[in-house]
Amino acid sequence: MGFNLIRARRYWYALSLLVIIPGVIALFLHGLNLGIDFTGGNVLEANLGQPATVAQVRDVLDAQGIAGLAVNSQIQQSSPTYFVIRMPVLTEDQSNALIGALGKKFGGVTVEQNQKVGPQISGELIQRAFLSILAAAVLIVIWVTIRFEFLQGLAAVIALLHDTLVVTGLFALFRIQVDSSFVAALLTIIGYSINDTIVIFDRIRENRKNVSRGTELEDLVNLSLWQTIARSINTVLTVIFVLTALLLVGGTTIKAMVLALLIGVISGGYSSIFNASPLWVDFKLWERRRRVRRAQEAA
Amino acid sequence: MDGKRILQMVVTLIIVAAAAVAVFAPAAPGLPVIKDIPLGLDLQGGVHVVLQAVGTPEAPVTPDSMKRVQAIIANRVNGLGVSEPVIQLQGSDRLLVDLAGVKNPDQVIGTLIKPAFLEFKNEAGQDVLTGADLQDAQESTSPGGEPVVDLTLTAAGAKKFDAATKAAVAVTPHQTIAIYLDGKLLSKPRVDEEIPNGKAEIHGGFATLQDAHNLAVLLRSGALPVKLSVLESRTVGPTLGADSLSRSIRAGIVGVIAIFLFMLLYYRMPGLVADFALIIYTLIMVGIFAALRVTLTLPDIAGFLLSVGIAVDANVIIFERFREELRSGRSVRSAIDAGFKRGFTAVFDSNATTLIVAAVLYYFGTGEVKGFAVTLGLGILVSLFTAVVITRWLLHVTAEAGLVKNNKIFFGVEGGR
Repeated sequence: MGFNLIRARRYWYALSLLVIIPGVIALFLHGLNLGIDFTGGNVLEANLGQPATVAQVRDVLDAQGIAGLAVNSQIQQSSPTYFVIRMPVLTEDQSNALIGALGKKFGGVTVEQNQKVGPQISGELIQRAFLSILAAAVLIVIWVTIRFEFLQGLAAVIALLHDTLVVTGLFALFRIQVDSSFVAALLTIIGYSINDTIVIFDRIRENRKNVSRGTELEDLVNLSLWQTIARSINTVLTVIFVLTALLLVGGTTIKAMVLALLIGVISGGYSSIFNASPLWVDFKLWERRRRVRRAQEAA
Repeated sequence: MDGKRILQMVVTLIIVAAAAVAVFAPAAPGLPVIKDIPLGLDLQGGVHVVLQAVGTPEAPVTPDSMKRVQAIIANRVNGLGVSEPVIQLQGSDRLLVDLAGVKNPDQVIGTLIKPAFLEFKNEAGQDVLTGADLQDAQESTSPGGEPVVDLTLTAAGAKKFDAATKAAVAVTPHQTIAIYLDGKLLSKPRVDEEIPNGKAEIHGGFATLQDAHNLAVLLRSGALPVKLSVLESRTVGPTLGADSLSRSIRAGIVGVIAIFLFMLLYYRMPGLVADFALIIYTLIMVGIFAALRVTLTLPDIAGFLLSVGIAVDANVIIFERFREELRSGRSVRSAIDAGFKRGFTAVFDSNATTLIVAAVLYYFGTGEVKGFAVTLGLGILVSLFTAVVITRWLLHVTAEAGLVKNNKIFFGVEGGR
């Protein structure tokens, strides 16, 4: 364990920022590519009876006599007969009329998926997503403060914020669509990353009891990191195996969720080793310096 | 060699193998257990819809009217012949309906939200009968081969109908009685004679007997007391569902085999034991899913596979400790106990935080996300049990059976003293 991970911490912080900053800029410039779960609307996935073009499908939308429907809809063709049509909110009758019209024009239609989310639901979803992440963060700080100490709770939550920003930022940067499962993915990543962080903190807690008084904090944490690094890497690897398999051969409908989990688990593994513990060292050193300064002022 | 330990090993292997056969292998009535797990609508196709009750001054939304709405929707769903439907009140004015395995999901939604308000009107436009006067409605085929719906009226309805038909035949030419459903004219037959027996018939407007059947179901279940609108709906066709299921199963097998190989190659003997414990973990989870009849959806499968990762992690933490103890010169036997003892706080604290997150997901999540949270939470608890109790015991049994001489190398520590 010749290399001191803690003394090199500035490089780790820089690497994190290098990934996070472009994502955050993208987030501010054009936000996330929100799916209908958040925006409200209808998405129809249909397999037509014969090959068609986007223009032909758009003509059918136009002929529905619903003001602005064709203009405000986005039609995506994933095979000669398979179309994904994103539309503003339709009533049941309108949606059924459209399916009927598609079937008539293209010699039959198989509805693979038809989703509708009203604006009311989407508003509640955003609120719930925000609240749940906040609640998870607060509860984790409380738990870590009870079992460890407050500064470790703070460091852990900053590492979690890191993971959330990495995943959200990359999704914003590459315009990957997010739906309600994205929130579940974020929370799972949080759960997973904190898991990693805690295992390292547990080792630090144990080593602090055993190590002789003169040992520098940096060296103690460095030792703890090296003692747990095989486990950290192995654990991330096993989860990566499963997620990669799901991404490559799993169903198309959960691809975005699996991708978010995959990025998040890698980021979580990284932040547990290279952010949470180094940050805690920085916090401890600041605290110590402030105490010394106060003592000097008092003297 | 320790005969008792070897016997325990053999018995464990037989029990787990038997359980695995019961869970996964086909044939035999009631087996395999895995068939008892209901599939969510994203895996077998179906409808998920959230209905919003919209009140009017004449028909406000009350707890009582919502209960009636729920009962009426349940009747309509039964009429459609859907197995294991979910019909739940959500909040004070919403109704959630999940119907798996429906072939024509979009028509079904249309049928569910029909007000089904039936009116019989005389030529003066006065109400003669309404749906409330109905006792029964059945589809049938008229002698002319036309699909019709036969109505049986209540005693009060029969009296009203008798009076109305008597009035209609009292004048020449005889008057008509018009039948409206939700304000739409269905038919307008001319009354030939007085009908005192409380029987009536709706004809016209049915292309097939199925159409007549659908109307009969609607009329039997009664008119909705409030208007319903669709707040959210998701329908998945059966082909897409089947495709998602087979793909997830394939992905799961590939991922789990990768984990097994990795654990075996990296941790050797303990890795093999952990793989065996993972099989037990999977069997327990499938058993719980089947016993609680947890509906399995795509996010659940993802959650389950992720929980396998977490279950492995508990083993990895402990095995790393175990190796350290071995390297420091302990015997295999005492290293197992020391490894578990010192690894336990890490396993406990880390799993507790993940459990907190699962609880948050459950509390704030809706539908699918809630299911995912349950899977994750159950997975954490069961994996704690398998890692701390089962793996430990298995390791002891394996180590003490004395089947291998060079223990330390077998346990993945080079040059153990």
